[in-house]
Amino acid sequence: MITGTADTLPDDPKIRGDVVLPDPTHGREALVRGTHDFHSITEMVCRVNEAPLKATPKPFLFGLALAASLLAMFGGYIGYLLWEGPGIWGNNNPVGWAWDIVNFVFWVGIGHAGTLISAILYLFRQKWRTSINRYAEAMTIFAVIAASSCVALHTGRVWMDYYLFPLPNQMGLWPNFRSPLEWDVFAVNTYFLVSLLFWFTGLVPDFATLRDRATVRWRQVFYGALSLGWRGSMRHWVTYEKAYQILAAFSAPLVLSVHTIVSFDFAVSQLPGWHTTIFPPYFVAGAVFSGFAMVQTLMIPARHWLGLKDLVTAKHIENINKIILVTGSLVGYAYAMEFFVAAYSGNDYEGFTFLNRMGGPYWWAYWTMISCNVLTPQLFWFRKIRTSATWSFVLAFFVNIGMWFERFVITVTSLHRDALVSSWDYFVPVTEIFYLLGTFGLFFTLFLLFIRFFPVIAISEVKSVMPQANPHWEGYEHGEHHAAATASAGGH
Amino acid sequence: MSTKSNLWGVLAQYENPHAIYKACEQVRDAGYEQWDACVPFPVHGLDKAMGLKASKLPWIVLTMGIFGSAFMVLFESWAMGSAYPIIVGGKPLFSLPAFVPVWYEATVLFSCVTAFFSNWILNGLPRPHHPAFGSKAFERVTDDKFFIMVEATDPKFDLEKTKALLQGAGATLVEELEP
Repeated sequence: MITGTADTLPDDPKIRGDVVLPDPTHGREALVRGTHDFHSITEMVCRVNEAPLKATPKPFLFGLALAASLLAMFGGYIGYLLWEGPGIWGNNNPVGWAWDIVNFVFWVGIGHAGTLISAILYLFRQKWRTSINRYAEAMTIFAVIAASSCVALHTGRVWMDYYLFPLPNQMGLWPNFRSPLEWDVFAVNTYFLVSLLFWFTGLVPDFATLRDRATVRWRQVFYGALSLGWRGSMRHWVTYEKAYQILAAFSAPLVLSVHTIVSFDFAVSQLPGWHTTIFPPYFVAGAVFSGFAMVQTLMIPARHWLGLKDLVTAKHIENINKIILVTGSLVGYAYAMEFFVAAYSGNDYEGFTFLNRMGGPYWWAYWTMISCNVLTPQLFWFRKIRTSATWSFVLAFFVNIGMWFERFVITVTSLHRDALVSSWDYFVPVTEIFYLLGTFGLFFTLFLLFIRFFPVIAISEVKSVMPQANPHWEGYEHGEHHAAATASAGGH
Repeated sequence: MSTKSNLWGVLAQYENPHAIYKACEQVRDAGYEQWDACVPFPVHGLDKAMGLKASKLPWIVLTMGIFGSAFMVLFESWAMGSAYPIIVGGKPLFSLPAFVPVWYEATVLFSCVTAFFSNWILNGLPRPHHPAFGSKAFERVTDDKFFIMVEATDPKFDLEKTKALLQGAGATLVEELEP
């Protein structure tokens, strides 16, 4: 790994990570900025978790209190929903699916970036992923929990949810395995479980780091239990890496399949606006798009506040923005292609649905979606913008909004104009805003607790991509000939 | 064999991946069997330097993946076509294309759960205690130090000779471990 420009970097770790280096003429930019050895990486990451509980920063506690109160509100809202039923929503006939499904698809989509980073980028040997995969995976898990809470609560009679699973029951009846809704149950649950196992497997060596550094009893017990007695044995690493590869290899097609199956919830139906073959790739691109936007939204403040700029550099922000640009353009292409296919099909109902999206009663949702999802990411063609933390944060925020509206447009505008004019209706949310805010409370409570207690960077993985992790690194060969003090003192 | 009765093995500390790589080659070539290297991250090529065989894990995952896959497609066909046959959406009772998504997800689920548990079981984890945890120096194994431990039960083990070997390979610290 050659870096011709590393010498010009400033010493201050607060700004070092923000410096945009010119692309090296050969080789790649170093993944870790500054003069770090293995120990300083450990220190940098563990410092966040090891601050005594009483020394938790005030802004963090404020954020946690805010998120937890939203979560408490969500608990109350769920009680209200169970008591009253889904009548507390504005859903009507024909708009039988509204914010419940919009929120579900929104959250599941967000999860996809985490798996893409941890699995697909891993299989493609994209080493820069090592400093962002941990919290992207955490984001996946918490987003899928938020998504599941939407979809489990939208069934109406929530106490009958066990019918979703193939459990032997008093009627001798199995779930309908031919139904996309049942496919979705399997897809989302598999996705959640596999992501969780993958995440935990990656965490174990880092839990062991925290265990070995723990000075307080509760930390020793807590991290000791979570680390399963990991001792870094090379014999273990061999099996561990194999398991990790296999989990990655299965997660990679899982990313594609989960949102494909979510899109089947719509595409397998006969409704104009839903019944299109472009849905699976379009949904997957949209999911990755929204997920990476959420990664930016979480990562840019986190790297600043947690002092991790040497690990998460301007290069990472730029790479993520490039993915946002690609997937955003794919999504824009899909929007255009939907219109083309509707026009080309010559089907009146298809044509009406899409013109109605653009100019019907929900025109504002459609144009919010277009401006946030298609126009906003195009700014990332400019290198100044895509390497700037501030710009990236603001634009990613717009993408988050746009992608929520995309799901709203797909779900609600396709439904509200039914085949007969007499059944047309207009959907207005009633209490749904609390439903959405509640899922944010759930997500951020979990995420903030994760930041406080779990290592937010995959410590052992970052170390393994540093140049000195290679036993044949030129620094060692060099040191050997000159009998350097640090390397193999006894020599041979 | 060991000269002390209460001896589990010898622990040697190395400072960097290069040093442990060279040391592992020496321990391997000296013919030791019951020994191990402990490192903060998987050092590239260290398994070769130690003479380790490839893991069995992929074969276990393959077996369970095939089992899970076969189980689910048979289960779906039985549940939809035989246990409670209902025609839905005009599809035949055995409607294979519609079974594919669940079939696929089940294959992934079986394989990944197997990979996860096999990883810990094959590695003998969770294991709350290990003799090496008695060493203060070993606390850096998950940080920036690299260790080799040779067990006293190894047929080649001789306290002085083994220590000399590890020392000669560049160890910065050599300790005796108690069980």
